[in-house]
Amino acid sequence: MSKFKLSRRTILKSSAAGLAALSSAGLPRFAQAAGLTVGIVYVGPRDDFGWNQAHAVAAAALKDVPGVTVVEEENVPETIAVEKSMESMINLDGANLIFATSFGYYKPFVLDLAAKYPDVQFRHAAPLWTEADPKNAGSYFGYLDQAHYIDGIAAGLSTTTNKLGFVAAKPIGTVLRNINSFLLGARKVNPDATVQVIFTGEWSMPVREAEAANALVDAGCDVLTCHVDGPKVVIETAESRGIKCCGHNASQAPLAPNGFITGAEYKWETIYKMFATDLAEGEALPNFTGGGFDVDFVRSTPYGAGATEAAIAAADAAREEVKAGQPIFVGPINKQDGTPLLAAGESLDNYEPALDQTDYLIEGVSGSIT
Amino acid sequence: MGDDPGLMTVLLAMFAGAIRVSTPFLFVSLGEMLTEKSGRINLGLEGTLVFGAMSGYAISYHTGSPWLGVLVAGFCGSLFGALHGFLCKLPKVNDIAIGIALMLFGTGLAFFFGKPYIQPSAPRLPSISFGSWSDHPGIRQALEINPLFLLGIALAVFLWWALRNTRFGLIIRTTGDSAPAALALGIDVNRVRLLSTMAGGFFAGIGGSFLSLYYPGSWTEGLSSGQGLMAVALVIFARWNPIYCFWAALLFGAAGALGPALQSIGVSRGYHFFNAAPYILTLLIMIASTSPRRSLKGAPGELSITK
Repeated sequence: MSKFKLSRRTILKSSAAGLAALSSAGLPRFAQAAGLTVGIVYVGPRDDFGWNQAHAVAAAALKDVPGVTVVEEENVPETIAVEKSMESMINLDGANLIFATSFGYYKPFVLDLAAKYPDVQFRHAAPLWTEADPKNAGSYFGYLDQAHYIDGIAAGLSTTTNKLGFVAAKPIGTVLRNINSFLLGARKVNPDATVQVIFTGEWSMPVREAEAANALVDAGCDVLTCHVDGPKVVIETAESRGIKCCGHNASQAPLAPNGFITGAEYKWETIYKMFATDLAEGEALPNFTGGGFDVDFVRSTPYGAGATEAAIAAADAAREEVKAGQPIFVGPINKQDGTPLLAAGESLDNYEPALDQTDYLIEGVSGSIT
Repeated sequence: MGDDPGLMTVLLAMFAGAIRVSTPFLFVSLGEMLTEKSGRINLGLEGTLVFGAMSGYAISYHTGSPWLGVLVAGFCGSLFGALHGFLCKLPKVNDIAIGIALMLFGTGLAFFFGKPYIQPSAPRLPSISFGSWSDHPGIRQALEINPLFLLGIALAVFLWWALRNTRFGLIIRTTGDSAPAALALGIDVNRVRLLSTMAGGFFAGIGGSFLSLYYPGSWTEGLSSGQGLMAVALVIFARWNPIYCFWAALLFGAAGALGPALQSIGVSRGYHFFNAAPYILTLLIMIASTSPRRSLKGAPGELSITK
């Protein structure tokens, strides 16, 4: 979206100016990219067919920048352990730029360390950074809810029971927003559609994810999607139960040759490549980087055998609309408990900051966040 | 949705979950039971389970035969058992410490060798349909039963019978209850324990292959999430009785299905609590079944935790 792009540029420019000013004050500067060590922390294995893999594959772009050394650590839990990992990267490996790629790393760990090491830059993969946070911290994020909205449109035209199932990990803002957008997509083309959500409570818990997927199928859902780190189990369970599914994080199309419709994928390589260019040119990284289809930060997985002609046409059309800035959240929308979120005629911009703080599910979604 | 269909859905889901999820618990606990009957504790079965899952998946992927994968998983498990049995034979070696070391070793080794197998899809074990008599899709789905589950039941009954009625059963029980008595009878205590631990490892390896080759049916590093450890605890409240091991495994499977099933019918408040049901169950049963005034009934006398 143009408004968003503008603000990103502005931030980029102002922080570059700020950095130039700082560097004259004797602080290390990216301009001499030689000697820059980048530390990347992952919450799971780098090849989990999901979240961490998407990051690791894309972050490889940084390794091609001359003078940049990349150190990586995987399977770092969202506890004090991540603080220790990041500190050892800073103190032992000499890292001066840290990418913390899991949601729970930010508060308090990234914030604490950003305050403790003002010379080190921290970037965190979730839309959490605000002006009040340390200036050497920042966020980068793809707004995947736009792609889940497209999934919802395709799913809404694929269901016959009008019940869509969603296996979710934890009830945090980005997950809730994806669920809400998935429902809004489905409702746009199929007003009777509902979404049933089951929370597993963990980012990766294969047996419970399989149980949740089975429970949703038993409850009558005939399209499944999910927001967990490794969607492999959910997609394979859906396929083996003979229903359709939409992917998440990376392409799961080969896992469901019969029922795969489409999927919501991050396109982290756009972001990391942008960072790599910035680093190579000696520019500072922006404090806040984010976007959706319009800036090529997210994409839809190519359609699988489960997608009908009608679903493909509707999804393609909707993607163009979102790309052009047409809002997803269009009233009337009520929250689950019946309190109005948007009145008829109102709408929320796709990059409205309030949506980053989503702490509710909307009417039409069954499942509780507590 | 009224109360009754909801309740039926939960009960059906717990029944189906008991059948789906219990098999690894059953195999690991039977293996641990056999090892403990001979007088040693092998805490390393969690590692064996994870390594079995990885090796079974890898073999199935390379050869296209999931059953060969199951066999190799069992074989790898018995190698871990042999290592445990061999190390514990050395003087002044603590079997619990070795077990913990082997648990970490097994999981670490499985993660190391398992990296290339996270993405590919391997052929999975087939299931047998027992539900064709019913036209309820839920019941039909619940009665899609894996042959390994049936094998586990047969194994439990066989072990129960063999431990009581055969010469080998007597030898294992004697070794486990009193090493001096076994020595006096001319039994090679270390060899009996080595073989029992190897057999236990074999079962645990098969349990692991069930995880990766049937349910949930793929190899990931978070696959076991502590099931091997829970199965070890399960042996204690199954009172070292193979038949009780079976019931306890079913109970754990059902408890694991409770959280998702309740959410699917709309009882979603407090899902963290229901997801923790298997662990809460472990604690409750442990508390209810222990007493400071008597030793655990059925516990092998040589076991280092009961001695």
